[in-house]
Parts: sequence; C-alpha cells; structure tokens
Amino acid sequence: MAPNEQRPVSVGLFVTCLVDTQRPSVGFAAVRLLEAAGCTVSVPRQTCCGQPAFNSGDRTTTRALAEQMIAAFETFDYVVAPSGSCAGMIRTHYPELFVGEPDWMPRVERFCAKVHELVSFLADVRGVTHVTAAYDGTVTYHDSCSGLRELGIQAQPRRLLASVEGLTVAEMPDSDVCCGFGGTFCVKYPDVSNAIVEKKAANILASGADTLLAGDLGCLMNMAGKLQREGRTIRVRHVAEVLAGIGDTPPIGQPKPQSVEGRKS
Amino acid sequence: MSVHITSPQFKQNAREALADQPLQKALAKVGPGFIGKRAAAAEKLPEFEALRDSARDIKNHTLAHLDLYMERFEEKARAAGGHVHFAVDAAEARNIILGICRDLGAKTVTKGKSMISEEIGLNDHLEANGIQPVETDLGEYLIQIRGEGPSHIIAPAIHLNKEQVEADFRRVHADLPPERNLSEPTALLAEARGKLREKFLAADVGITGANFLVAETGTSIIVTNEGNGDLTQTLPKAHIVLASIEKLVPTLEDVSQLLRVLARSATGQEMSVYTTFSTGPRRAEDPDGPGDYHVVILDNGRSGMLAGQLREMLRCIRCGACMNHCPVYHAVGGHAYGWVYPGPMGSVLTPSLIGVEKGRNLPNASTFCGRCEEVCPVRIPLPKLMRHWREKEFERHLMPATQRTGLAVWSFLARRGWLYRPMTRMAMAMLALVGKSKGRFSKLPLAGGWTQYRDFPAPEGDTFQAQWAARKNVR
Repeated sequence: MAPNEQRPVSVGLFVTCLVDTQRPSVGFAAVRLLEAAGCTVSVPRQTCCGQPAFNSGDRTTTRALAEQMIAAFETFDYVVAPSGSCAGMIRTHYPELFVGEPDWMPRVERFCAKVHELVSFLADVRGVTHVTAAYDGTVTYHDSCSGLRELGIQAQPRRLLASVEGLTVAEMPDSDVCCGFGGTFCVKYPDVSNAIVEKKAANILASGADTLLAGDLGCLMNMAGKLQREGRTIRVRHVAEVLAGIGDTPPIGQPKPQSVEGRKS
Repeated sequence: MSVHITSPQFKQNAREALADQPLQKALAKVGPGFIGKRAAAAEKLPEFEALRDSARDIKNHTLAHLDLYMERFEEKARAAGGHVHFAVDAAEARNIILGICRDLGAKTVTKGKSMISEEIGLNDHLEANGIQPVETDLGEYLIQIRGEGPSHIIAPAIHLNKEQVEADFRRVHADLPPERNLSEPTALLAEARGKLREKFLAADVGITGANFLVAETGTSIIVTNEGNGDLTQTLPKAHIVLASIEKLVPTLEDVSQLLRVLARSATGQEMSVYTTFSTGPRRAEDPDGPGDYHVVILDNGRSGMLAGQLREMLRCIRCGACMNHCPVYHAVGGHAYGWVYPGPMGSVLTPSLIGVEKGRNLPNASTFCGRCEEVCPVRIPLPKLMRHWREKEFERHLMPATQRTGLAVWSFLARRGWLYRPMTRMAMAMLALVGKSKGRFSKLPLAGGWTQYRDFPAPEGDTFQAQWAARKNVR
C-alpha cells in the first residue's frame, strides 16, 4: 500500500479542534489510514492551531498557539491533520507570524515543511494509490477552499476514492466554490453565509449523489446542517471515514442507531 | 450620485439585498457571465500565468519609484502641451475640475466611466455649481438617471434587469413616443445612443478616468467597449483626465503587458474594443481633438498606503475579477458594501479611504475562500490584506463586545491545554447526551447565528484525545 516505505515514519496526528470535540471517528479513521501507510502514529496533547484567532486579527494569541503547536509536534517526522484548513494555516501562515525573527524562522520553516493534510499526505508523500475499503453509494466531493487553494488538494481525494470498492463519484457543479462556512464568518454574517450554503446545497443535490464528502469538518457541518434543515436525506461524511472503511458510523448530524435500540430494551 | 456611506450598515444592506428579487435575478448572471470567459481567455494564452507575474513586477517596480515616474509623467505631459494638477484629497480634485470647467464657461460636461469620479463625488459637486454632468458609458448613464452609484467597478449597472431599464427610459425620455417598442436590448441601446449623441455634441468639457498613465510619454490610456470614451475626450473643447497616483506605469512596453492581463481578467476579451491613448491636446496638424488637455492626479490617502502593508493594494488595475469570483459579492451585490468600491478589492480599499471605523464590516464579510487572490491579474493577496484590517480592528477594540469576549474566553482556554481538554470533554459529553436522539440540534443557546439557518450536528460523545488516552492506557 505504501510503496516508498523504508522504515516506519513517525507521524504526530494533529486531530484539529473540531474533530477532537465533534467527530472523533474522523481521528480514528486518520489513524487507520496512516498506520496502513506505514506510519507510527502519536497524538501529543494539543488544543488548536490558532486559526480562529488569526482570522479575527488577534496576533498575540495566534503567536502563542503557534509556539505551543510547534513545541508539541516538532519532534515527529511528519505532522498530519485531517483538515486542509488547519494544515494550510500552519504551512502557509505560521511563517508570517515569525517574520524578522532569525531565532525562530529556521525552526518554524523546518516545522512547517513537515505539516500535511491527511489525504494529500497519503497520496503525495506516502505514495498511496489505493485503499482497502468498500462503500456502497454514489458520492460527491466538495473542495474545501483552504485545502484547494493553499495546498493544491483536488486530484488526490478523487484518486483515492476511485479505489474504494462499490463507490461511484458524481461531481457537483461548482465543487470548488466556497460553502459559506468561513469559520466565524458563518455566525458573524449568518444571512450571507446562508445564501452561499443554499446555493451549495442545490449543487450538491444536482449531483444526484447519496453521500457528500469533503476534507474539512467545518465545511461539512455547515453543509450537513443546511441539507438537514432543508429536510434532505443525503448522508454527509468526512472523506477519511470512507477511505478508512469506517462508513458504518452514523453520518454527520444523524443519531446512532444503538440509541434507538437502547430505548426499546 | 452621492457618496453617502452605508458601509457601517453592511449587515442590514446585505439582508435587504438578499430579499431583493430583481437584484437576485441580476446577480445570478454575474458568475456565469464572467467566470467562464476569464477562464477560457486565460486557458488560451500559454503565458498567462507568466504575464501575471510580470504585471505584478511592473506595478511593484513603479510603486517603488513612484516619485520618479510621477515627475517624468508631468514633464512629458507638459511637453506635449498638457496641464498636470496634483490633488491631495477629494475636495481639492473637485475644485480643480470645477475651476477648469468655469474657466471655459462650461454648462455641460460629458463623462467617460471613472471610479475616481465616484470616489470624489464629482457629479454632485458639478451639479451643485450649475454644471450638468452627463455619464456616457451606458451602465453609468443608467445609474445616473436612477440616482444610484455603481454596483461593480467595470459593470456599474450589473444589478439591473432589462425590464428596469425599459421602465427608466420611458420615465426619463418622456419626449419619445410612448408606444415605441423597447423589448429588445438593441432597442434600448439605440435609444441611449440617440440621447447621448446630442450630449456629446453639446458638451463643453469631457472628463474621463485613466486605466494607465504612461511616464515615458505623458500619455493617458482608457480601455472601453462602447466608444463613448473617445467621443467624450475628442469632441469637447477640453479633456480632463482624472486618475489616482497608482495608475502610473513607466513605459509603453509595460502597458502592453498590463493590457494583456487586464481585459482577459475582466471580461475574458483578449483586448477591449477600444484602447485609446491620449497625449496632450490637439496639435495643429490633428483633424480633431480637445483644445485643452488636463490631467488631475489624485492621492486621497494613497501615498500613506505606500509605506505600509497595504502597498500591494496599489497594484490593482481595476479589472473586477475579484468581485466576479467572490461568493459574498454574488450573494449581496455591490451596493451592500456601502460605498464606491465593492467586493474583495473594495473590502481592502474602502477602510483605507473612509477609515476602518466605518469600513470595518467589509474585510470581515469574507469567507477567506481565496478565489479572489487566485484570479487577481497582479497577484494581490486580498485575504491577507483583509486580515490586516481585522488586526487593526482588534488592536483598536472596534469589534462587537460579544465577539471580543467570545474570542478572549476561547483564547484563554486554548492556551491552557490542561484546562481546555477537561472543559471541552465535559461540554461535548453534555451536548452529546442532549442531542443523542436526533443527532443534531435545531436550536442551541449562544449559536443563534448558526441555528437560524442550519441544524447543528451533535458531537459523537467523548473527545478524541480522551478516547485516545484511554486506549493507550489499556494497551
């Protein structure tokens, strides 16, 4: 599965705040995929990469969280996150926080170079070309903005999805257009955010797929929340869940079937 | 139009725009109208990306030596018989132009499309002083008769539908037979052309903007598709060019590179229909042209931008690609931004020109999707510059108190992992328990902005970090 594997490489999994708190399944899916690609996975104690502070103009907090992040993860061969947005924050924006500081800069640049988004890490760094997983359904893939534009993630998830047994990909119109999440944007400007996600929901439905996938939980929660508010039945999942073959957990925003059984007994 | 600023009410403006059905109908055409054409034009030119680099470098070089090129332009324009005026701010620019018009005893002036004219509120000033300005760009003419400002920097009336234009023409052109057929766009165009022809011939002064000012030759250049700019600047007694300092470019060779990215980025055209170079007034051997040629160069705060982070914004060549590709612009249109410049470029420029206190909403009203930067012909990092304004806003305590408090609480916790982990674990356990049966919430305290329009997924239960730690202990 990982042709360019020599020795086990150490990966620090930066699970991201949203996966940590909202949907740990994505974290376990990431562990499974990384281990299958010949990585030894560790999960150091962590909080957040600082992106919410960065995009709110709070440089002091951003800087403190960046230092915290670097200290926690810099000993690993690689740092991998199941999010293009968080990985992009580190890779493209951390260096901006240390400009003009020769004491920090080489260390920051060394660190940033080993930070990757999960799916692109598997495909581009570990040379993974197919996964051992099955999924019965037609999926449509939304390109989350930061992953797409900061890290160039577009072909990799589609290529790996094509190797999932039983899975068909049906592209939606404008898959590369923002879903309207934008971090705090969606609560600061809810009316505008809603107008954008309404269009996205229409495009998702136009694909005819029964499952929506993406690589960022923030976007997924936004789109799932909108689709469910509209009463749609389309399932919404993080792409790692399907690639890892753990598609038996309830989709985002759906209850666990056990809880229903639990009530019956 | 007036330059009444409504940027502080962006949220209210946006709500109204979203509820405005004719506007939404017009906005639906923006994306399909521009995006595919730009992409196709870029695709057809193998060196397009290299040209963008070169366009960026030309503008960077010019900005680094702006004083030099300004002097050279002035010298060359004067040598060609033109007059060059420098205006520190909007008021000075308005008065210089009014002075020129008065000296010539002007009663009416025709105008080519100029965003700087909108920025300084020129039309109101001329009217207040008894001079009638007539916009001759079709889009500008439409918004002038409606008393509106432009909603897009290259397509000022893009917020209008054909039916609205027909109604306005019937209202304003009351001398024409009411039974005339205006159902086709060509009929509307012909009527506007007929009306404007009279104005072109009657005008005493023609005012245009400039896409570029060429230092090596003292030339001003306008890029248009309607030919109105040429009539505006050649028929009257005087031609006044109104341009801001960042329009300077060193050489004609540089201009030829910038022109190759401008129209392609704007409308997907290889070149605009007209690209007109003007150097000085009519010479003895010229068959036509204005007797006087003036260039008014406006600063209006821009030299202050040269020194700081916002300098990159001065590379802007006003193609409109950023707004054509912006999901927020597509949703609310240009008027919601509340001043002259909308979309991503407006969200960076507006706070510099009217102050971050009034303009603070604009750089916040972006998802940072990055599509604007992706298409900008001069590679302006628009999200980064919007973030710059968010930093200024944070430093000056301008954001709403609830947002600031929320950010402070979150930041306090995120910097203290030992507290963050048990707190998030407890919160998630509670949410998971309450949301267990439905798997999501249709209402949540403190999350009204979210649940007003979307459900909120219930968390799965225990946090990943807690589950991971438990597994490790078992192993």
